[in-house]
Amino acid sequence: MGTGADPMSNFTQAFKFIGRNGQIPGDPPFPTLVHLSLETLKVASLAMGISLLIAIPIGIWLGHIHRGSFIAINLGNLWRALPSLAVLAIGVAFLGIGLKNVLLALVVLAVPPIITNAYVAIDQVDAELVDAARGMGMTGWQILRRVELPLGVPLVMAGVRTAALFVVSTTTISALTGYSGSLGEIINDESSYHLYGVLGAAICIAALALLLEGLLAGVQRALTPRGLKATHAVSGSDALAPVVTEPSVEPAL
Amino acid sequence: MNRLHTARPEGPSAYPQAAELELRHVQKRYPGQREPAIPDLSLKVEAGEVCVLVGPSGSGKTTAMRLINRMIPLSGGDILLGGRSVLDRKPVELRREIGYVIQQIGLFPHLTVRENIATVPKLLGWDSQRTAARVTELLELIGMDPAEVGPRYPSQLSGGQRQRVGVARALAADPPLMLMDEPFGAIDPINRAHLQDEFLRLQARVRKTVVFVTHDIDEAIKMGDRIAILRQGGRLAQYATPAELLTDPIDEFVAEFVGRDRALKRLGLSTLADVKLLSLNGAEPSDNRVAVTATVRDALSAVLAAGGAPLTVVGGEGGDQVLGVVTLELLGGLLGDGGLPDPEATPETAPESSA
Amino acid sequence: MKPLVAAAAPIIPTFGGGAKAFACERANRLFCWNWFSENWSSILWPALRQHVVLCLIAIAFGLAISTALALAAYRHRWVERPVIVVTAILYTIPSLALFELLEPLPGFGLSRTTAEVALVSYTLLILFRNTLTGLREVPEDVRDAAAGMGMSPRQMLARVELPLALPAIIAGLRIATVTVIALATVASLIDDQGLGVPILTAISNDVFKTELISAGALAVLLALFADGLLVLVQRLLTPWARARIP
Repeated sequence: MGTGADPMSNFTQAFKFIGRNGQIPGDPPFPTLVHLSLETLKVASLAMGISLLIAIPIGIWLGHIHRGSFIAINLGNLWRALPSLAVLAIGVAFLGIGLKNVLLALVVLAVPPIITNAYVAIDQVDAELVDAARGMGMTGWQILRRVELPLGVPLVMAGVRTAALFVVSTTTISALTGYSGSLGEIINDESSYHLYGVLGAAICIAALALLLEGLLAGVQRALTPRGLKATHAVSGSDALAPVVTEPSVEPAL
Repeated sequence: MNRLHTARPEGPSAYPQAAELELRHVQKRYPGQREPAIPDLSLKVEAGEVCVLVGPSGSGKTTAMRLINRMIPLSGGDILLGGRSVLDRKPVELRREIGYVIQQIGLFPHLTVRENIATVPKLLGWDSQRTAARVTELLELIGMDPAEVGPRYPSQLSGGQRQRVGVARALAADPPLMLMDEPFGAIDPINRAHLQDEFLRLQARVRKTVVFVTHDIDEAIKMGDRIAILRQGGRLAQYATPAELLTDPIDEFVAEFVGRDRALKRLGLSTLADVKLLSLNGAEPSDNRVAVTATVRDALSAVLAAGGAPLTVVGGEGGDQVLGVVTLELLGGLLGDGGLPDPEATPETAPESSA
Repeated sequence: MKPLVAAAAPIIPTFGGGAKAFACERANRLFCWNWFSENWSSILWPALRQHVVLCLIAIAFGLAISTALALAAYRHRWVERPVIVVTAILYTIPSLALFELLEPLPGFGLSRTTAEVALVSYTLLILFRNTLTGLREVPEDVRDAAAGMGMSPRQMLARVELPLALPAIIAGLRIATVTVIALATVASLIDDQGLGVPILTAISNDVFKTELISAGALAVLLALFADGLLVLVQRLLTPWARARIP
């Protein structure tokens, strides 16, 4: 199977495939695209949910007490070097194929960027502001809630967005290790779906990711305190990949 | 006509060491603004002279300076350096012939002190040996140890040191004109005074034509051979020597700008050496003494501190040879007719530098 | 694209030899040193070499393209927005999808080109933004002084602006490099080169742990090595950034 056919016809057929919700006339029914998309989202959401529960409190707490910078920062650097495919496969090797192992691998991959960004976000809140707050008589908890968290939102969200995109991407890759609950399943099975089917799935994945990114950008805007919005012109891509001169924090996919 | 200065012509410049600068009906208008920043400015700076542009903010002094090296385009009129219009050649070439010192200095953080100073010579294509020799010469000129400071980076220097390196960098290619925009503005007052003195010492040796911008009238009086006071709206109020400005301000604005204490300031321009001292006439020299090198203003201050009593003036070899006496009356009458000589020495009569 | 399905029954790697040998492999223990050393030169080392080449090409092109774009955006502000939008979209699209979307295009297919183009796409956003920011953060007074001394715009760029932007550029390069090295393991689906090959082989062999871990570890080590190398390069190229008051 390959690029023998004219690319335009491949893409046209791909869109038709999408229009048919992933079914191919004359073939036995396949899981629909809608179903697979939802499955993908389900897995991704579960993974993100677990990761957020673990990573956000840890990252924020470490940043608040200004400890653990070595770990928080190097975790981020190490994480970027992990090939997601290998991590997934290791999960399969030890736990077999299944939702649980995929989730485990996804959490392992999602937690580091969230922790790192959350840590830096809180740690780097202007020390003078924190000092002023303490001088006003706020307790540590109040400082966290009223000063550090609101100011840290952009960077924390940057980490969350990075992790979310990475999780969606890796979920689709999990099909390569035999997990069949995502859109990647179609890409893995070109013989059944033909090239145009694979293309259709790819288009869906891309669309899903872009939609998700847009959604999260909206969430970030909603969570960013009004005063901050005025001063920090955080454009869409700025949070996606904040410019850093020291690669301790960053998003990357 | 070019009033040239004695100096060894050096460098690839077509000029000798210092050149005459003339602004002829210079005009600057910004698009969309009703009033021009500078409507019509004309003045002439003799070669080797320091001309200070001073005025309140909005007076266009920095604008005027930046028109000279074409950092800002001219709207009208002309500027002549050594008789030749600055519009005559490419801005980039022009600027390599003009020393440029700005308030934050702008030393290149990624280059060593030596490399910073060598910037314009390199742009002009000097060979490395000549450049290195020149850099060493300049470092010594500004009072720094070439071996110690040369290889350092700007981040390793203090503010005052950076300023001096900035001046050295501007002097590197021996330009006929120096432009300095509040060069000592960012320095604390004590170090500023030191830097000003050092610059004056330097200028006595190299005798460049300098256009110096400041908002501080005291700095202007100290540094300038001639001062151009600009008022808001970019108009020239008065262009004169410090002494003339202090004794004869042309109008209320200038008088106000120069300061209500201009009489005292004027006294600060001369020392007791310029004053015809009273003789002791056999009286015992009092314990209240003042050095002959003190400014008249400081002497007046000392007299007042002594309750108006006369002071013995000392000086000479060991510093304690009695030279005469000053009284409150004597000092007070100095600003009357011709009691004080004009402290401005024109460039030709200044002591020749030991060049 | 080669379809991959985890095998239903265990496949024991057979390399000839008796039953006693390969006990470790048969048990599919975590890491069989024997297998590793035996297959280093035939499987792992070639894969590593291919991986390095694959990544170097991607980084080189990525750097060239993003620098050109950043220089354009530095001179003409309007360039920034469109470039950001395009590179952000490319960056957001999951790798698997991007590989597939490129495949049917003429000249692409299952080839090195597809893999490289996709990998390069992932580097563009980071490199572009970092380079542009690095250039913009050159202090205003330094630029004023440089212009006032008579540097032409080109001279300013070469002698002042780019050197001062280096730390930011290299920071972006570090991130991009590590990202590409990790991503390139998936690229072997398309191009059959690089460390992804032994990983995929291992997966289809009932997840043969030794091979998987060997290749995976090599990828991680390569990435960390590249990162460290770039840190060194930065220290060499920007001695001024670390200068302390003596």
